Amino acid sequence: MADKKATREAYGAALAEFGVDERIVVLDADLSKSTKTDVFKKKFPERFINAGIAEADMMCVAAGLASCGKIPFASSFAMFAAGRAFEQIRNSICYPHLNVKIGATHAGISVGEDGATHQCLEDIALMRSLPGMVILNPADDVEARLAVKAAIEHDGPCYLRFGRLAVDRIFDVDYKFEIGKGVEIKEGKDVTIIATGLMVGFALEAAKMLEEDGISARVVNMATIKPIDRDIIIKASKETGAIVTAEEHNIIGGLGSAVAEVLCESAPCVMKRIGTKDVFGRSGKPAELFEEYGLTPAVIAKSAKQAIYEKEN
Amino acid sequence: MNNLDLKITACKIRKHALDAVHAAKSGHPGGSMSIADILALLYFEKMKVDASNPNWELRDRLVLSKGHCAPALYGALAEAGFIPKEDIKGFRNIRSYLQGHPDMKKVPGVDMSTGSLGQGVCAAAGMAIAAKLDRKNYRVYAILGDGELEEGQVWENAMFAAHHNLDNLTVIVDNNGLQIDGNIADVMSPLPIDKKYEAFNWNVVVADAHDFDSLRAALENAENCKGKPTAIIAKSVKGKDISFMENEAGWHGNAPNDEQYAIAAEELDKKLAELEARKNG
Repeated sequence: MADKKATREAYGAALAEFGVDERIVVLDADLSKSTKTDVFKKKFPERFINAGIAEADMMCVAAGLASCGKIPFASSFAMFAAGRAFEQIRNSICYPHLNVKIGATHAGISVGEDGATHQCLEDIALMRSLPGMVILNPADDVEARLAVKAAIEHDGPCYLRFGRLAVDRIFDVDYKFEIGKGVEIKEGKDVTIIATGLMVGFALEAAKMLEEDGISARVVNMATIKPIDRDIIIKASKETGAIVTAEEHNIIGGLGSAVAEVLCESAPCVMKRIGTKDVFGRSGKPAELFEEYGLTPAVIAKSAKQAIYEKEN
Repeated sequence: MNNLDLKITACKIRKHALDAVHAAKSGHPGGSMSIADILALLYFEKMKVDASNPNWELRDRLVLSKGHCAPALYGALAEAGFIPKEDIKGFRNIRSYLQGHPDMKKVPGVDMSTGSLGQGVCAAAGMAIAAKLDRKNYRVYAILGDGELEEGQVWENAMFAAHHNLDNLTVIVDNNGLQIDGNIADVMSPLPIDKKYEAFNWNVVVADAHDFDSLRAALENAENCKGKPTAIIAKSVKGKDISFMENEAGWHGNAPNDEQYAIAAEELDKKLAELEARKNG
């Protein structure tokens, strides 16, 4: 866990690595230095298109490129990709099921000092509601690279969610990534923490804290939020009887909702959701914001204990 | 194709569009009538397309950015052999593939799913840039409504297409002057259209949307222009060739009743008979 790298860094590097495939075209909306698509631009300038600060146009241009056999990656901050251009993604990309990849960086509260206007906590909810959309939210740089590769191999629209903040490396280089598959990254029998993105690292820390109290917590990395891995959720419910979800997103409409839908219909158990509680963020350092909005290993551990208590009483 | 044959084809397209809207009891006849001549010239003279191979990689593309005028597009595709003529009357029916707005996944010959205004033209620019990347010489056409120009992303794309020198992109603005709520100048004026495109560094040509010589010259001008996209401001008449629909904003999105349909059909049939008589005599 020595290495620390932002998933957006891995995104840019992966585009440059896999960009030897000439079908790949990268678009950005004047944020290439932040989204890291400038790494691709340096290597393949002829296949980099700056759309300027015009996300609506960029998404539809990407749709047109995809209709001609290209694999466009349209990049911006999550707020302006999923938020501002939602209807373009719906009508011009998802409705015709075109092969557009949306590389959305700076997702979540960890954007930090820029504040609420730039902290997108609704993108997973928006993208989940679109038929045929695949949503990938990698936990570290290793997984981010593999998510880009999987998105290229997948035929259809794909939303990739990346963070601004450098995060600990969790996975080894031989880690296998598959769209639609959650991965049990720590065994456990008392409770299951299902986490996505940056919260996966926090979930592992929470599991360690719980272990010190004699609690065996399972940790599942749910990098694919859609299509959700029903089997791993049902298995966790049946085997541990208590589930806590953890995401850097509003508790409405994100991972917690997706897991709750599966549980309610197929395997009800005690469940708690960690995420922002239907509020907007504010300016601050990422670590301060995690405390402020209850996105910490300690809060996850506390919720896990509460879930176990409710299961047993 | 000669102008008389084009006129005959355009008249048939109008009749298909009228039949579609009447059968569905909903749809958009006014703008469908105003673009019928443009579609006839594109599909029967200008565009390299192959009805037996609708996804031919090197074909010219047409994006109907004003997707609500699907009845006219379906009429043109039927006349050009992409879809059976008898399917037209299934327009908007739950059992039909002919959706209220064009669906590229359901209808052979439709190059982009459209309907949400402002988006189609941007997708057309994406196709044009794909052609440049692949060094292919197909051309991309987009038909926009003049009311559609009120959508902000049209101008995002106007910047984009000029910045990227998309001289293989031709935008045709169906300038009939009317939108749902009335005259474009009263609702939210996009005027002057030609000067706006000029200011965005486009090649601009003003043409008569119902005069094939004028339209042909405009399209040739677009093909000969290097380094800039072309905007053809096509002055048109909403509801063209149906007397009671002409220049009436009320016919933007309303279907004629049986009585009105009979009158409209008779007018188009009469015009078609006259044109065919001229051709044969």
